[in-house]
Amino acid sequence: MTAATPTPADEKPEDRPAAAGDPFDQDVLPTPQGATAALLRSLLAPMQARVSVTTLLLLLQQAVVQAGPLLVAYAIDSAVPAFRAGDRGPLIAVGVGYLACALAAGGLQFAFVAAAARVSQDVLLDLRGRIFRHAQALSVDFHERYTSGRLISRSTTDVESLRELLDEGLQELVTVILSFVYISVMLLWLDLGLGGVAVASLVPLYALVRLYQRRAGRVYRARSTAIAAVIVKFVETMNGIRPVRAFRREAVNDADFGALNQRHERTNGDALLEMARYVTGSRLVANTAVAAIVLWGAYRVADGTLALGVLAAAVLYLRRLYDPIDRLGMFLNSYQSAAASLEKIAGLLAQTPSVPEPSAPRQLPPLEGELPGREVVFDGVRFGYRTGGEVLPRFDLTIPAGQTVAVVGSTGAGKSTLAKLLARFYDPSDGRVLLDGVDLRDLAVPELRRGVVMVTQEAFLFSGTVAENIAIGRPDAGRAEIERAAKEIGAHDFISALPDGYDTDVRRRGGRISAGQRQLVAFARALLADPAVLILDEATSSLDIPGERAVQRAMATVLKGRTAVVIAHRLSTVEIADRVLVMEQGKIVEDGEPAELVAGTGRFADLHRAWRDSLA
Amino acid sequence: MATTPAPAQDRSSVRTLLRLWPYVRPVRARLFTAAFVAILASCIGLVIPLVLKWLVDGPVADRDPAGVWLGALYLLLLGFAEALLFGLRRWLVARPLSHVEASMRAALYRHLQRLPVAFHDRWASGQLLSRGTTDLMLLRQFLAFPLTFLLVNGVTMVVGVVIMLLQDWTLGLVVLGPAVPVMVTCVIFEKRYAKVARLAQDQVGDLTTVVEESVLGIRVIKGFGRHRSQARAFRELSGTLRGTELRKARLLATIWGVIVTLPEVAIGAALVVGVVQVADGGLSAGTLVAFLSTALALRWPVESIGFLLAMSQEAATATERYFEVMDEEVEGAAPVPSARPTGIRDKGLRFHDVTFRYPDAPPGSRPVLDAVGLHIRPGESMALVGATGSGKTTLTALVPRLYELTSGRITLDGTDITTLSRQALRAKVAVAFEEPTLFSAAVGDNVLMGAGDTAGTADLECALSVAQADFVYALPQGTDTQVGEQGLSLSGGQRQRLALARAVVGRPEFLVLDDPLSALDVHTEAAVEAALRHVLADTTALIVAHRPSTVLLADRVALLSGGRITAVGTHHELLRTNAEYAHLMSGEQSGEQEGAR
Repeated sequence: MTAATPTPADEKPEDRPAAAGDPFDQDVLPTPQGATAALLRSLLAPMQARVSVTTLLLLLQQAVVQAGPLLVAYAIDSAVPAFRAGDRGPLIAVGVGYLACALAAGGLQFAFVAAAARVSQDVLLDLRGRIFRHAQALSVDFHERYTSGRLISRSTTDVESLRELLDEGLQELVTVILSFVYISVMLLWLDLGLGGVAVASLVPLYALVRLYQRRAGRVYRARSTAIAAVIVKFVETMNGIRPVRAFRREAVNDADFGALNQRHERTNGDALLEMARYVTGSRLVANTAVAAIVLWGAYRVADGTLALGVLAAAVLYLRRLYDPIDRLGMFLNSYQSAAASLEKIAGLLAQTPSVPEPSAPRQLPPLEGELPGREVVFDGVRFGYRTGGEVLPRFDLTIPAGQTVAVVGSTGAGKSTLAKLLARFYDPSDGRVLLDGVDLRDLAVPELRRGVVMVTQEAFLFSGTVAENIAIGRPDAGRAEIERAAKEIGAHDFISALPDGYDTDVRRRGGRISAGQRQLVAFARALLADPAVLILDEATSSLDIPGERAVQRAMATVLKGRTAVVIAHRLSTVEIADRVLVMEQGKIVEDGEPAELVAGTGRFADLHRAWRDSLA
Repeated sequence: MATTPAPAQDRSSVRTLLRLWPYVRPVRARLFTAAFVAILASCIGLVIPLVLKWLVDGPVADRDPAGVWLGALYLLLLGFAEALLFGLRRWLVARPLSHVEASMRAALYRHLQRLPVAFHDRWASGQLLSRGTTDLMLLRQFLAFPLTFLLVNGVTMVVGVVIMLLQDWTLGLVVLGPAVPVMVTCVIFEKRYAKVARLAQDQVGDLTTVVEESVLGIRVIKGFGRHRSQARAFRELSGTLRGTELRKARLLATIWGVIVTLPEVAIGAALVVGVVQVADGGLSAGTLVAFLSTALALRWPVESIGFLLAMSQEAATATERYFEVMDEEVEGAAPVPSARPTGIRDKGLRFHDVTFRYPDAPPGSRPVLDAVGLHIRPGESMALVGATGSGKTTLTALVPRLYELTSGRITLDGTDITTLSRQALRAKVAVAFEEPTLFSAAVGDNVLMGAGDTAGTADLECALSVAQADFVYALPQGTDTQVGEQGLSLSGGQRQRLALARAVVGRPEFLVLDDPLSALDVHTEAAVEAALRHVLADTTALIVAHRPSTVLLADRVALLSGGRITAVGTHHELLRTNAEYAHLMSGEQSGEQEGAR
């Protein structure tokens, strides 16, 4: 038999060489020692009682099933002579006993399957929830590196592997162990010698199992990585279908996908071949043992040291002793596949959020006066992305409560970084960001989001209705509040014109709602959230001028009393600002009131002139 | 979450599964051989008890050592044969079955890439993905196991029954008794299970969609601190799935119960009858042992029918789901030879009475575009202005035929675009979308995918300089830096410039730009505009614009309002003569057109 490809597929050279060594790129996040087993244990721990009951059901079921050959032996050795002697008692006992066994076997089987499914489904529910919650808790930085396709793979195909283990595997394992133990005991009880040989044959079988486990583990890990790569490509293509079509990427994509798909095909085939080897080997051992035992037993019957009935029963049991080895193979198969998947899941769950929730959260101080705004302070903040380079080299800024600040500057000046730090998408590598004197890191998420909300340029819409999308700002908001927010921002007209108004399904990521309209929905969301500090990061870039004006008019009232940070290239936005910051290479180079800066000779005056000119 | 269209029609499971044949055909030789080998191996499994019987009744009873040795040798040989045949079966199908799964997945991907964009608007990608992963795995498992073993176990049962009948026909008939009730139960079970299985698979698809959206929309979720409510929505959906799975499990448990009980009762009856016959001397003890041994050997094939049927049923629904997508018509690759002459001889890009309504819109609804007429002369660039939601993006999507016109015609240099193959058409027309999507590839490759295969570094540099995308050279690996989902994430402005570079790199005859400068700052915008003017000088271009600065790139402007082109002229002309246009460009006069749609 041919050996499996020795190198794990995830180290194949077709992986991008530029990124070699990065665990994110190769989809091999470090899994702490023992994390996989710990995960499985923690999933099963709350089910202990139910697992015990389920196991008990199975134990009883097996006991009942295994009673069959015993009754056969009794029937031949005792009932036949008794019947010949005119005693029908034993025969009736055999008949009633067998009937009772049959009914009990069926009933217990039903109870077991139903109970096992409940355990398995509850474990899966728990695991799915854990992956989902953990992924949601991880920082934006993590998501930018891990890719959505892999996360989807973790919570679909990898969970599916565990499901197979729980659904079939666990049952197989328990059945296998039980029948091994039970039949071995029976054989030993029938005849110590025959039983001893049968039990001894389990030793080489065990060795085979170990060998299989080692080899299959490697293959399944490679397979899990391979299917994740397939999913990543699939998701990327489907989400970018328009450019794929417009730039005729179909053929190139077919080839790329083909290569990934083939890698999965190969590992999949490897896994099946490992299984084939195991099955052949174990059957060989088992069948040899049967022949040997029968030979020896036959000799002893000839000697007269063994009753014929005992040999008959032993032979029946023997065949059944080895029946479960196929099922053991199936269990090992599901186990290896699930172990590989659980390892990936454990690796994901072991990632600690780089923006962790506080262990001892603090509350924001109560608002002073009527106005909703709060003071923002950047206190000696430094920040650099993992790709290197410091974006903000020590940054100090104080924004008094209620002030609207416009931040301008060229791409890469650090405007968006400023916004992301204030929204706590990232934490500063040094220094603090304070909201009314409280470090953002000390605020629990609900408190933080009552404080700060950010509206970005990419306005993502979730499946569901327009109203549901706006309600993300505040889930407990009623229809009237949702409509008021939409009206204030000027989104009401277009929403009312949709086929079902606010109840229109936005379908796939808002395919039928234009970019500008999506931005209006995102604004309405932010209004509904009613935060103390509002960050707008290029939030009006796709709006037409009247739309932008309408938003600005709305902002003038909405922002009143709130603290706001507005990042925009469109300097029209600046007109509603109390203060303008011009940033350059992570530093503030100009700071002042808009009118004051426009009148000056600095960069902002230049920018403003250029912008005025662009309005023709 | 009603993202799944209702199942098309009620086909029988067998007919549904037969649709897999084209994919299985290439590996049929191996698959059939494997099935044959499996039958052979199972038959050997049935012969072994016969040898045991012969051994017990003959040599053992006769105290014949040579016979015992011979019997044991037979057992050993049969055992070896059985083991090797089992192995052979698995070896035969291992690679072919992975191949079937992979080829079906590749076919699905291929097909999806070529389905109309309107299809993708309608289908959540989670549903597509679950078809490409979980459903196909189910199908592979079906081919590997239930398909072969329904056959093998069927044959095994027939052979076993024949052997039992030959051994003792009365006992055989007793054992056969429960066959009919078992079969009836199976039929009822199959129907019910099919419904629940389909429901569960669709729910898995919906769950996949939620996972996908929660990842793609992570910034929104984080920005509003909504991960708890997202988690709640997810929990509800996965709770529903759990409920469906439990219903499935109860059905399965029932069939298991029936299938375990009835045959066992029959064997018990056979035992009692057998004992009576042995006592009467009508039957040898060895025959009874062999008979019961055969009956017990058949227990597994019979019991397995329950879950084999369940797996087959799931495979059938998976097939149904797979073909729901595969049965959708792809965009015709070949050009439609236009029977009607266009009657339009002019050069340039012309929209002629273009009416468009989304294919899934209710039939009576107002079209998005209603008899649009517009001519862009060769080498001319035309700005397209209109209120938010007026259909500008839709209009641009019609030029590369991402959607099919409801009526009317679009011509390029007098040629109806429907007479060109899509490949040829899309090679002529380059597009920059308002959402700049980068693929997981090097920056350079992302840009160069807009050009033919012959384009090289010079073209790349030129395109990058037009789009003012010099930042590319400062990236860690320059133009070789990986971007997109699996690479470096770039800012909106950076991605937009790369998308623009991609549109211009192939020096296309026709250029469609959808608000190409929205995410750029004023200085960059000015620089891009200056560079773009050179490119536009001899390109026929349609540019969606929101701002005067972008409009000024174009020679003329067309105003899209209420689904029609209501005015065409230069920026200054329209600014003077058209109130709606003036409003859109300055925002100062509050016209009555607000929200025109």
